[in-house]
Amino acid sequence: MLTFTIRRLLLAVPTLLFISLVIFLLLKLAPNDPMAQVPLTVPPEVKEKMREALGLGAPIHVQYYKWLVQMFWIEPQVLIDHMTGSTFAEGKLRVISWQTRSPVMDIVVQRIPQTLWVVGMAYLVGVLIAIPIGIYSAYKQYSIFDQIGTFISMIGYSVPPFFSGVLMIVIFSVLLGWFPSIYDTTLVVDSWESFGKQLKQMIMPVMVLALQTTAQISRFMRASMLDNLNQDYVRTARAKGLSEQVVVMVHVLRNSMIPVVTVIALGVPAIFGGAIITEQVFKVNGIGQLLIPAIQANDLPMVQTLTFMFAILIVLFNLIADIMYGILDPRIRYD
Amino acid sequence: MTDSAQPSSAPHSQWWDVWRQFKSHRGAMISAVIFLIILFAVMFGEALWPFDATLIDIPARNQGPSWVHPLGTDQLGRDTLARMIRGGQISIAVGLTAMLLALFLGTLVGVSAGYFRRLDGILMRLTDLFLALPLLPLLLVMVMLFREPLSAAFGTETGIFILMVSAIGITSWMPTARIVRGDVLALKEREFILSARSIGTTPFKMILRHILPNVLSPIMVSATLGIANAIITESALSFLGLGFPPDFPTWGRLLFDATDFLQLYPERVIWPGLAISLTVLSVNYIGDGLRDALDPRIRGR
Repeated sequence: MLTFTIRRLLLAVPTLLFISLVIFLLLKLAPNDPMAQVPLTVPPEVKEKMREALGLGAPIHVQYYKWLVQMFWIEPQVLIDHMTGSTFAEGKLRVISWQTRSPVMDIVVQRIPQTLWVVGMAYLVGVLIAIPIGIYSAYKQYSIFDQIGTFISMIGYSVPPFFSGVLMIVIFSVLLGWFPSIYDTTLVVDSWESFGKQLKQMIMPVMVLALQTTAQISRFMRASMLDNLNQDYVRTARAKGLSEQVVVMVHVLRNSMIPVVTVIALGVPAIFGGAIITEQVFKVNGIGQLLIPAIQANDLPMVQTLTFMFAILIVLFNLIADIMYGILDPRIRYD
Repeated sequence: MTDSAQPSSAPHSQWWDVWRQFKSHRGAMISAVIFLIILFAVMFGEALWPFDATLIDIPARNQGPSWVHPLGTDQLGRDTLARMIRGGQISIAVGLTAMLLALFLGTLVGVSAGYFRRLDGILMRLTDLFLALPLLPLLLVMVMLFREPLSAAFGTETGIFILMVSAIGITSWMPTARIVRGDVLALKEREFILSARSIGTTPFKMILRHILPNVLSPIMVSATLGIANAIITESALSFLGLGFPPDFPTWGRLLFDATDFLQLYPERVIWPGLAISLTVLSVNYIGDGLRDALDPRIRGR
């Protein structure tokens, strides 16, 4: 198991390097000039100096190397400094946003809690709804419940979040006036009243994201349960007189959870991607909301860092899924 | 099977079997009809409907549904139904073309990886790497970076169309490649491939004559899923304001424009959203029915 884990970890490093190179080259090959908005009265030689100050004069591989150093060496040092009060990173050049002229990571750290809070909650809710639905529709295959479940999950697949979100705003904010349509991140939860407010403003974004999650995971759960329900060991369990509840909820469920758990882990990065749209709809100021204006304002360091963070999330959760599969299913550990 | 003296029905081709199984999937049949209606409305609607999508008629702005404008008008008095038809043309055209590109790339990679052992390792690593890319952020970045040069080179509409189609196609071929590779690997072990090779069929002919026809069914299923995915992606990009410019309405763009008037005219977001959802839903159901119909293990039942 240890060698399996180590091998997977080692494989993640070149993957991350490749992705960082793709993102870097994509942004470098782009035919736009960060000096385009500098007034025309600034003489060309001064512009050239400004360009050099931004590190744009150096050859591409030097720029890439410097960016890697900033991303993987200096930023972790800043993190360590922040936690322990040491001074490793003092005076070193960090990744600076061209919009705000402050370190990109500082802004990202401010935005991450909102995203995690909404996205994490949505994923949890989605999974908690999906698993019982999947179990029951597999157990009663082709029943009315199963048919309705299939239809609803088809809708969950097909209705994009930018429509389901807007539709929810129309129904629950505009027509009924139950929930606010804009997520207020300045709200401090310190009393029951503000807790209620927080709950109210979270319901809609969470439900929109959860609908998608539920649709996918309940399908997987159903398929996986169906695979297992016809196996010989289930007949054996029934034959030795175990109650139906024990057979389904212990024997079958345990074995069906193996692929589902990995699907749950693999779905986490996708839901972060989906959160970009949901955050835009509900005006949650998370990292998705940070990305869109940064793209429109041509803030390359910010875009680069954020895209790369999404990539890290994907690689990380792929790794988690792989390792979990190895732990849960001994047949996978082919070492 | 047991009663061989009495043939149950006249002999028929494989595709007739597929069609019969497809017909028995009620959801897929209904969806196929709905999808054809949408396709028909979008293709011929412009000729049948008197209003032009770009005709500005300020006195008639912000109207609700009426007999003249069944879906109302927008803030410049343009007829919403006409804009929906025009938007559908672009959305569905992007969806179909991007799907074809993704299918082409996916089949190319899948067949090469499955058939030529030497390419397998490197191509599948490449597929894994592409699967690990953060697609939506990358799409946004690609659109931002290449929209200006492409619209300068090919004109606004064609430029953005090319950009959208290639961006979506390049980022969505991976599932097809994986499925096709798996099937090709299994096919390669079959006797008819061996016999074809023994009479000296060249690899190119082999792939064209013997491999491709046999991996058609997974390709068709991923084609339907590809259309759904491409339409949603295009609408998502338009919704984020990074798709087609406002003069070229797509369903996503119409939805994006309508959200500005959410408080005043909430009904305006419904139409484009409904069109996207209905199209994607019907395509997904067709894919579901096709998967069942093309699977010989299910077809017998």
